[in-house]
Amino acid sequence: MKYAYYPGCSLHSTAKEYDRSLRAVCAKVGIELEEVKNWICCGSSWAHPTSKLLSLALPLKNLAEIGKRGVREVVVPCAECFSRFKIAQHEIANGPQLAAEVEGIIEHKFEDGVKVYHPLEIFSNNTGLSKISDLVKKDLSELKVVCYYGCLLTRPPKATEFDICEYPQSMDKILQAVGIPTLDWSYKTDCCGASFALTRTELVLKLSRDVLEAAKSVGADAIAVACPMCHGNLDTRQEEIEKEYQVTYHLPILYFTQLMGLAFDIPVKKLLLKSHLVDTEDILEKVR
Amino acid sequence: MEVNIPSDTVSEFAEIIRETSGLDINVCYQCKKCTSGCPVAYAMDYTPAQLMHAIRLGLKDLVLNSATIWLCASCETCATRCPQEVDITKVMDTLRIMAVRAGIKPKVGDVTAFHRTGLNNVRFFGRMYELGLIGMLKLSTGQYTKDMGLGIKMLKKGKLKLLPSFQGSSKTRRIFSKVKEREKA
Repeated sequence: MKYAYYPGCSLHSTAKEYDRSLRAVCAKVGIELEEVKNWICCGSSWAHPTSKLLSLALPLKNLAEIGKRGVREVVVPCAECFSRFKIAQHEIANGPQLAAEVEGIIEHKFEDGVKVYHPLEIFSNNTGLSKISDLVKKDLSELKVVCYYGCLLTRPPKATEFDICEYPQSMDKILQAVGIPTLDWSYKTDCCGASFALTRTELVLKLSRDVLEAAKSVGADAIAVACPMCHGNLDTRQEEIEKEYQVTYHLPILYFTQLMGLAFDIPVKKLLLKSHLVDTEDILEKVR
Repeated sequence: MEVNIPSDTVSEFAEIIRETSGLDINVCYQCKKCTSGCPVAYAMDYTPAQLMHAIRLGLKDLVLNSATIWLCASCETCATRCPQEVDITKVMDTLRIMAVRAGIKPKVGDVTAFHRTGLNNVRFFGRMYELGLIGMLKLSTGQYTKDMGLGIKMLKKGKLKLLPSFQGSSKTRRIFSKVKEREKA
């Protein structure tokens, strides 16, 4: 299987470990990812509160370039990018006037759409799941993990069309397929404070604290994520949260692809498991 | 479902929002599901439901000057759960754009500085250059030492790239200038 691959800005910097582990896991599963040449930022959380046209033009320009190369499917692992791509497609599909305006800006006429996939969707279909289980080499049954999906993959469901929006299952199914018992909990799709990390840090500390607290209270020893912003807030802000609220969580935050990689016995170094701020030693000790 | 709302009960402000964004707030019946699910309602000066009501009443100044529009985290919970299918997250975007265009100084200043510097960064580099973004944000907000320790830790872990890439920057500049042209027209 071959897909176009749009990493987005975060996977080239703050979420490098997501990019590396995704590539490594895909190679094992037999999924070929070809990075889109000269991709540009999707507009992230800045464009949509500033200009509607800009928030549509940036993601759609990328899709136009992908379509021009005759590729029909693109993998978008960052939840923010995934959301901006899916919302933009939804908006122009339902607003012909808006579509014409955006087409003028990006100098491209949309014909056949490019299908946007999150890697969770690719791994969690039936063929994906059986392939994954066949590749398992290590026993991860001692790990207790909660899957945190966050906001942007699941909402708004009319645009993202992802899983079950209030209680998604795809990441749980994938991790269960590699032998990790995942726990049920109530914070799967709650907000971590997202892009307020640099501006209204106090909101992020409170919301991310709630997520960490909920994970700890069901007995998790790690949180699996699929979004660079969720990872950033829960991992890089964890020490600050612990200080602010005088608690100790010590909950490693791992990309779901890193956990898959551990099960496939991909070297820890290749999965960049040491690049998190909350160290992952305790997790690695439980891998048999 | 077709809803008939007598035109003399529709505020001019609600009508402007409907015309610019296609969003009809008049169908809101104040069930407050948006507020119940909102993770940042506790920090807002008006809850999302109160803000929708204020729009119906035509209280434009109150709405555009509220902290609420800048505290919304765009988590889309309200838009997902609204039984009347009011896309409240999109209403928030529309209000933010209206406030900035009306020259209203936001109550929550750092957030707009973040949007501005973020977009300038993308326009210039084509892709986000985090170190440049952090530097520019510090210059515009004057908070020079905030998060310094965290930034250093992230650099040590190799989570921030030192040099920007300029790939695609000619494309983004062209898109930004075309959008500006259209929005002026």
